[in-house]
Parts: sequence; structure tokens; C-alpha cells
Amino acid sequence: MTIFERGAPGRRAYRLPVLDVPAKPLDELVPPRARRQGPLLLPELSELEVIRHYTDLSHRNWAVDVGFYPLGSCTMKYNPRINEAVAALPGFSRIHPYQPEETVQGALELMYRLQQYLAEITGMHAITLAPAAGAHGEFLGLLLVQAYHRHRGEEKSRRQIIVPDSAHGTNPASAALAGYEVVVVPSNKEGGVDVEELRRLVGPATAGLMLTNPNTLGLFEKEITEIASIVHGAGGLLYYDGANMNAILGVCRPGDMGFDIVHLNLHKTFSTPHGGGGPGAGAIGVTERLIPFLPGPRVEYDATSGKYRLQPAGPLSVGRIKEFYGHFGVMVRAYTYIRMLGPTGLRQVAEAAVLNANYLQARLRASGLYVFPYSRRCMHEFVCSARRQREESGLRATDLAKRLIDYGYHPPTVAFPLVVEEALMCEPTETEAKETLDGFAEALIAVAREAKENPDVIREAPHTTPVSRLDEVRANRNPVLNWRMRQAVVQKEKGREEERG
Amino acid sequence: MYPEDLRYSSEHEWVKVEGNKARIGVTHYAQSELGDVVFVDLPSVGDTLVAGQAFAVIESVKSVSDVYAPVSGTVVAVNDRLSDSPELINQSPYEDGWIVEVELSDPSELDNLMTADEYRASVAGEEADGGED
Repeated sequence: MTIFERGAPGRRAYRLPVLDVPAKPLDELVPPRARRQGPLLLPELSELEVIRHYTDLSHRNWAVDVGFYPLGSCTMKYNPRINEAVAALPGFSRIHPYQPEETVQGALELMYRLQQYLAEITGMHAITLAPAAGAHGEFLGLLLVQAYHRHRGEEKSRRQIIVPDSAHGTNPASAALAGYEVVVVPSNKEGGVDVEELRRLVGPATAGLMLTNPNTLGLFEKEITEIASIVHGAGGLLYYDGANMNAILGVCRPGDMGFDIVHLNLHKTFSTPHGGGGPGAGAIGVTERLIPFLPGPRVEYDATSGKYRLQPAGPLSVGRIKEFYGHFGVMVRAYTYIRMLGPTGLRQVAEAAVLNANYLQARLRASGLYVFPYSRRCMHEFVCSARRQREESGLRATDLAKRLIDYGYHPPTVAFPLVVEEALMCEPTETEAKETLDGFAEALIAVAREAKENPDVIREAPHTTPVSRLDEVRANRNPVLNWRMRQAVVQKEKGREEERG
Repeated sequence: MYPEDLRYSSEHEWVKVEGNKARIGVTHYAQSELGDVVFVDLPSVGDTLVAGQAFAVIESVKSVSDVYAPVSGTVVAVNDRLSDSPELINQSPYEDGWIVEVELSDPSELDNLMTADEYRASVAGEEADGGED
């Protein structure tokens, strides 16, 4: 039931205080032609009803604060509460973007230091914190590629962006949005980029390569330096998709692998709220030769005056990409995370993330119930296949995922990456205890057994949620995304008439 | 599942040749991997198809996929029924779910396509790919 259907006419949670200044006729304030004809149709509820309504909805929500959330390539890690405590400090939460620079020196210093930390972590020379989220950062990365080639007079000829067939879907989407032709390089049998095929694909039309390392199969691109030299040799740039940065944090750096542009999801790797809890932040780092193209403003330190200041974009910049300075509250949380962990702690994040994923993979592999398409050890996530369940019982990865909900787990990513049939992609993250990993492994094993013995219970899952299987085709073809106000109006008017008798 | 009189591409499109014209659609394997189709973005009559390049987009509940031209040519007919009934691609991939008809500009390209037997073997290979447990 929506909030519009609850309550009763005239019910209020809050009443305005009695007017304590002389009243002015409404006509003097707002001319009649600019005024609403009927009453504003707001929900009418008591405070307790409002609280119950939203608390009830929040209980139906799944979150990492509620349970395990192994959604592959999403890094649904725990967000430490100290991030929130620091972000709530009045010096960070009660400032305004129009305040003069000298009155927000602390906030600017935090942004400056965060830029420095992220540059060091990624091996880049400069960072912009402006992008609002991951895909926004990706799009900026491509604008930078374009600006670089334009400056060299090659914008027209370099019209292709190469992406692997295992890439995140946003990579080809962002490239297409930036006006590029997308060229797909296939994976080899070991799950990495087919280097010989890449050599064949690059040329004078190559603008750049977009790559995730480790890739979406959770495998490290061992030939990354060779890949980088092939792309650079053809005059292209290398873009790093930072979705999987959690696997290599403090261990190795995209800059040292040969990447020119590095993207980070602060809401994945750096523990800021994710998804509906956002907003996100998609910082972008670049090597020295790309700095002139970065958007403005960025925070710089003026050693003479000892002040931090907002440096506007230079003449070669791609221009402003976000109002004000990006999502500042998110930056405070990421900064806090980095400072709480320090260099050793950040490295431990990657080590524990990789250990957890390998432990889970080893347990599932030992069960013999799922197909593992690659025999290598994984990084922070792994992909297995429900191919056998499909062959034996006609069940798809999606069906198994729905059944996992009944066992109290958020499902892993399914049907992605596309190079693995009936893929189940699990990313446990570093913050989970061994007992949680064991519980999840046992649930996946139990589901695979059910697939043999009682496939119908899976086909009809989930059984424990407020709604079971949704009609996905209808939801896609005929989406109803807003509450039909008219119905509420009719009902409310009816209520009023009844009241009047 | 794979009619003998059709030619097949490695990107899972089929071609039915009649004289200088060819009808194009996606295979049974493609529709089963895509899942329920909810939208098809169609080309227009008169558009030029270039072999190997995308000419239509199929959106399913699972993903959005390009459809690649198995042969080059000029579009002479489009299956407009797909606009209202995209599910025809699932229900009848080789008959009611056809996508376009083209006038072939280079009939020799047909030699690059697979026979039903060859395609069946290639799909079986895809299903068995990377079989290590």
C-alpha cells in the first residue's frame, strides 16, 4: 500500500503554529491566476502512521547491514560507521558551496589530500573528484581520450574504442555515448585478453582500450604490460575501469601497468554508500600528459599563501562536468576510510578480499556441483556456471539465484559476464567472516541438490518474499512507475463527502 | 531446431535465400540465450546492411544485444509485427519472427556462412566450451 492510500481526510502529523505577525491578504502575495485551483493532494496521516509506513518498507529492503551481499563486480562491502560520524561533523555537513574559499579551508584541504592519496594509490599524476558516479567517470575518461587525440589533430581518424568481450556493459555503452565505434576483442581460453587478436585489431583508427584488471571473470590480466605496449604502439590510450580495484588495492597500481586514465568507484573500493544509499562518486586519475584536459575546478595548494584554492579548468579542458565540486559528503567518507586503514590496512583489504573469494571458490569447487570454466586461482571474485543444472533440470542461473533469497542471501550476479554460460558471479568482499562464507557455500550446495531432487521448488522461488516471481516481460513492456494520483483524489473526495454526511 | 535450407552466421543469425533476396532472423539458440524478448529496434526499408555490422537491436529481460548483418544488401522489407509482438522472436524464430529482407549486394558472401550441420556443431562447441570443472 502506498502512503497515498493510508490515513484519512484531515489527519495531520504536524500543525503550523498560530500566526504571530499581521496577516496579509493572499491576493497581495500571490495573484489568483498563479494559484492552485483545488487543494494540494498530499497524504494525510498521523506521525506514527508515517513512521510505521516507512519502517515497514525499510524492513523489506535488503542491505549489507542486514546480510551477506555477494553481488559480483559490485563490491558490496561494509561501510564503517566512523565514515558517517566524520561526515556528520558540522564543519563538513553544514557548509555551502557558495561560501568564500577562505571560510572552507578544511574542506578544501580534505579534497586536496584525497586527490593526493588516490593519485598515489593508482599511480596517476592528477585526480579529479568531480564525476557523480561510475558511469559518469567512464564518460569523462572517454572525453579525455577524445580531447587528447583532438589536440594532436587525430580526433577524426581515431574513432574506435576496443573493449574485451568480458567487459562491464557500461564500457561499450559509454564509448558509444561518446561517439566511438566499439570494437570487441575476444577472451582467450585462460579468460584473459587474446593478445594476438588485439595486435590484429589495433591501428591508426584506435583511440583507446578500456580494460578492467582483474577482469570480470575475477582473473588478473597477466599480459597487461604487453597489452599496454600494443595499444600505446598504435597511438591509443589505456583506460582502467576501477570496478575491480578492490582486488589490487595497495598491492599494485594501474599506473605502473601502463594505464593512462584510471577510474575509481569510491562507493565500491572506498566504502562509501552504494546503490540506493548513494550518491556515488567516480573519481578519475590521469598521467601527466592528460592533465591539461581535466575538468575544473580542482583543489590546489598555494605554498606562498599557505591556502587551498579551487583552480578553474584550463583552456584545453573538456569543461565542467558537474555542478560545484562533486559529491563532497562521499569524499569525506572515502578520505576517512583511507586514513583509518593507512597503507598497510589498504593492502590487507585486497589480501582479505582475494582470500575470501578463493576460499569460497575452493569450497564450491570441492562440492563438484557447479562447473568452473577456468581452473586458475581467482582474485577478489569468481565466476562459476549453472550449466549442469540447466542440462539436467532445465533450470537457469536466475532460478538458482531466486532460490538463494529463501536461504537468506542476496544472490550473486547472474547471466554476466556474457562469456560464461549461466554465469554466477560471486564477490564476498573482505569484510565477511569465515562462518558467513561457509553458510553461503552450504546454501549454494543445498540449492544445487534441490535442483536435482526437487527442481519445482526452485522454479517457483522465492517463497519467503512479499512478492514472488515478477512478470519481467510485462514490467519491461508496460512499466507503471508513478502512483496514479487520480485514484487517490477520487477516494479522498469520497471520504470528504461521507464525512459531511 | 536448425532448418536445413538456411545458412547461419557465427553471431547466431540465419539467412534464407530466395533468388537475389535474403530473409534474415536470429536462431533458436540465440533466442533461448537472450530470454524473453521485450523490444526490437528495427532498420527501415532502404537502409544499407554491411556484412558484420549491427543493423538491429534486440532487448530481452536479460540483456540488450546487437544483431549483426550476415550479408550485405539493401533492406526491402521489415517485419513490422515485431514492434507490437517482439515475443515472436522467441515463439517462432524462423517463421513469424524474421527481422528483415534484403536485396543482396554481394551474393558471394553467402559462401562465408555455415550450413545447418556446421552451425549445430559450432553451437555444441560453444555449449561445451571451457569444460574444465
